[in-house]
Amino acid sequence: MTDVSTERAITVTVNGVARGTTVPVRRLLSDALRHDLELTGTHVGCEHGVCGACTVLVDGTPVRSCLVLAVQVDGKAVTTVEGLARDDGRGGEILHPVQEAFRECHALQCGFCTPGFLMTMAAGLEARDASTDITEEEVDEIVGGNLCRCTGYANIKKACRHAAGLMKEAAR
Amino acid sequence: MTTKLFGEPVRRREDLRLITGRGRYTDDIGHGALAAAFVRSPYAHARITDIDVDGALDVEGVVAVYTYEDLVGPMAEPLPVLIPHPQLTAPRTGYPLARDVVQHVGEAVVMVVATDRYVAEDVCDRIVVSYEELPVVVGVDAARAAAHAVHEDVPDNVAARHHQETGDVEAALAASAHTLSFTQYIERSACMPMEGKGVHAVWDHDDASLRVHTSTQASTSVRAAIAAKLQLSLEKVEVVAPDVGGGFGVKIVHPWPEELLVPMAAIALGQPVHWAEDRREHFISSAHEREQRQEITVGYDDEGRVTALDVRGWHDNGAYTPYGIIVPIVTATQLVGPYAIPVYRVRIDSVYTNTVIVTPYRGAGRPQGCYAMERTMDRIAQDLGLDRAEVRRRNLIGKDQFPYDHHLTFQDGRPVIYDSGDYEGLLDKLIALVGWDSMDARREEAASRGKQLGVGMAMYVEGTGPGPYEGGHVQVLGSGKVLVSTGLTSQGQGHETAFAQIVAHELGVPIEDVEVTTGDTRRFGYAVGTFASRAAVMSGNAIALAARGVRAKALRIAADVLEADVEDLEIDEGLVQVKGTPGASIPLRTVAVLSNPLRYAFDEAARQATQFAGPGDDSKPPVAVGDAPGLEHVDYYSPIRSTFASGAHAAVVEIDPTTWEIDVVDYAVVHDCGNIVNPMIVEGQVHGGVAQGVGGALYERMAYDGDGQLQNASFMDFLMPYASEVPDVVIDHQETPSPLNPLGLKGAGEAGVIPGTACIASAIEDAVGRRIAAMPISPTELYDLVRDPDAERVPTREGAPA
Repeated sequence: MTDVSTERAITVTVNGVARGTTVPVRRLLSDALRHDLELTGTHVGCEHGVCGACTVLVDGTPVRSCLVLAVQVDGKAVTTVEGLARDDGRGGEILHPVQEAFRECHALQCGFCTPGFLMTMAAGLEARDASTDITEEEVDEIVGGNLCRCTGYANIKKACRHAAGLMKEAAR
Repeated sequence: MTTKLFGEPVRRREDLRLITGRGRYTDDIGHGALAAAFVRSPYAHARITDIDVDGALDVEGVVAVYTYEDLVGPMAEPLPVLIPHPQLTAPRTGYPLARDVVQHVGEAVVMVVATDRYVAEDVCDRIVVSYEELPVVVGVDAARAAAHAVHEDVPDNVAARHHQETGDVEAALAASAHTLSFTQYIERSACMPMEGKGVHAVWDHDDASLRVHTSTQASTSVRAAIAAKLQLSLEKVEVVAPDVGGGFGVKIVHPWPEELLVPMAAIALGQPVHWAEDRREHFISSAHEREQRQEITVGYDDEGRVTALDVRGWHDNGAYTPYGIIVPIVTATQLVGPYAIPVYRVRIDSVYTNTVIVTPYRGAGRPQGCYAMERTMDRIAQDLGLDRAEVRRRNLIGKDQFPYDHHLTFQDGRPVIYDSGDYEGLLDKLIALVGWDSMDARREEAASRGKQLGVGMAMYVEGTGPGPYEGGHVQVLGSGKVLVSTGLTSQGQGHETAFAQIVAHELGVPIEDVEVTTGDTRRFGYAVGTFASRAAVMSGNAIALAARGVRAKALRIAADVLEADVEDLEIDEGLVQVKGTPGASIPLRTVAVLSNPLRYAFDEAARQATQFAGPGDDSKPPVAVGDAPGLEHVDYYSPIRSTFASGAHAAVVEIDPTTWEIDVVDYAVVHDCGNIVNPMIVEGQVHGGVAQGVGGALYERMAYDGDGQLQNASFMDFLMPYASEVPDVVIDHQETPSPLNPLGLKGAGEAGVIPGTACIASAIEDAVGRRIAAMPISPTELYDLVRDPDAERVPTREGAPA
């Protein structure tokens, strides 16, 4: 009999590292990441999948972690904002182009929605042909599903264009 | 020379941690703490007849359950009326947990503490509260009618009657060549920061001290409130606002019940206790704003110059008045905007309803005032067949009329005297920026695509940077690091960057050496808070003064060492040097070491300050009389009155006459906040404000039903703008420095939101030729309006007859 207190052992590759944990079956992925694995970069803004602040990548695809149970990602690979930058091999990190772009374009104010935008945008830009110029339609598509209450989105869209430009440079 | 930093678009110093997931918001703190959850009232107005917790106590993991009966001492008394006012004759506040009667859906009734939030919510589900329903009052009109009372002892539902007047308005109206009267409404919205509220409390039993992290805009005052309510000595309470995920006003209210109850439980249980507000809780138990009914009578001459203005308003303050009548006062006093109004009377009744409390949301009553004044200007123009821009121009306060005294009393208790401005300059820039004079061509072009195009404008003046004060502390360490702190808090405004720019500029140090801390009572105990576009004006100036104090002391010490006159010294890139004498210099970090005479050499830098390190002047004490060790300074900025920023917005809308979708295709902003510390940050503030203005004009409303149930208490149903709803914004700046403060600053935080409703209403009216008298407006409402044969018709072209 499965009830709310039933627990399951799961193994998830989080930001490239295999992590084993035991979670109640009802535990949301967002809570498991934030409270069990102490990866608090993933934020929870609405708890019903509307705002996108909690977006993480599951096997490379953006997923709203407040709408997914932790047990559903057993055996999968999860990337959170903490895993977006790359290790430079010298104890430092190389920011992802979307991170660079957010900083360059003042695309964040309070920063609470930012991890969700970064993950969504990173996936969106990585899924496209980086050698082509990004269109406004593509920018609207990538940016259009997340809520931000601070920026009015202008600089988030600007960051999306800037990041696409950085990725185009890198693709040369 | 040090790179000029004041006025430059310096990249933000807070960003790196926030883009890498290393920010620390309240809910990121305190893993393993006990979790609090609340049973909240499902009724808008009811008497609690029983609370049965028996079924809850055997849930595994429950730690404690609290009701009103468990509150003792000051906690059992009503929450404070934070801002008393003589006209607030019937203030009412709730209790931390409801006592006998609940006054709105969402009011906290029971607090549960458990090992985990999931368990705490399980426990809440098993607590049975019995209620006897009472009659419900929703909306200003029902409150006015007073068929039922929200508070038994306030039968007319009137908390306050706010009244100001500058002359005999009735005589002035009678003497006016023209008068017109109209009624309009504006509905509720809310701040809706992406991060809800949150509280984390740790009680140190051995030290008998409390540390609270809370997502607040006023940590010093939360600290004082906790100390008072929990009967602790102030020095035993520390309150920290860590990274805060947006505020926009709702987090200036304090103490929220949870800010008292969570620490209370932490002390009682001797364990850390944590609470993170969920989104539904935020909708039904935090705060809303905006709802007003406005009845306006204006007198004017043949040229459209206002001769008298009489405003009768009703403001819905919700169930309680913890924040006093600040919102209606701000509406009343900011309504006059950039215009010279010879005789003005305003009377606003602040009324109780069985709804969530109404406290400042970005703009804090100004959007409503702007809506009243600017729609009045539109109506005068329509009545006289004049251009709407021209009517405004004829009423503007002239550039040579400053300081301009409106003979009103502002929210800070001080006179509304505009310090400086150039309103005609704003209007000229706006007309050019939006292409006001070429709208006929655009209208025709849009019509050729089957769209109805309209344009509207609105101007505003915003009292910013009210007192009483803020402070700043600047300290240079022997490492060369410059520590800066101020008590007010940050919710995304980039204070760590802007304040560092000010210090780097004033002190002549690299910005990389400057570290800014805000909102931490361990670092700075005196502060008021972050609201009313006051952070840059208040803490910016206080920090500048503190930096100047440090600079003066550094120069004094360096002059001794370098055997030079203070006047001959300068500080550049952290080096104090004799002007024009290369090599005659001393690093500021060494000055910091020397400023603190030492007995013990704990490291190499300290060695330089010990008693045998060099020749000293035996005739003087090591620390001069009246001086203090250390290269640091604390200073405060306390203004005589607020400074007044200003701006003008225009919106161009296109309406699809089949769907009645309203598309804001252009949005132009001309903005004057005096001298600008960081234009990138200011533009970001404007962008964000405009998005909230568009949301308030077209999408956001709190949909209460007649029973006081908030029917859209989720992001699924409360329509906050996504990127697709926010227009591109073009911005032009004008800089009219304030003569009131050392840096010439005026506030910028709220500006973007103020004229949104007014100018979009005007644009829609211009597009469809029907009177728009209630905002926000949806496509459905617009469709109903244009189909209504009785809807008032208005001209859709400048100067055209109705």
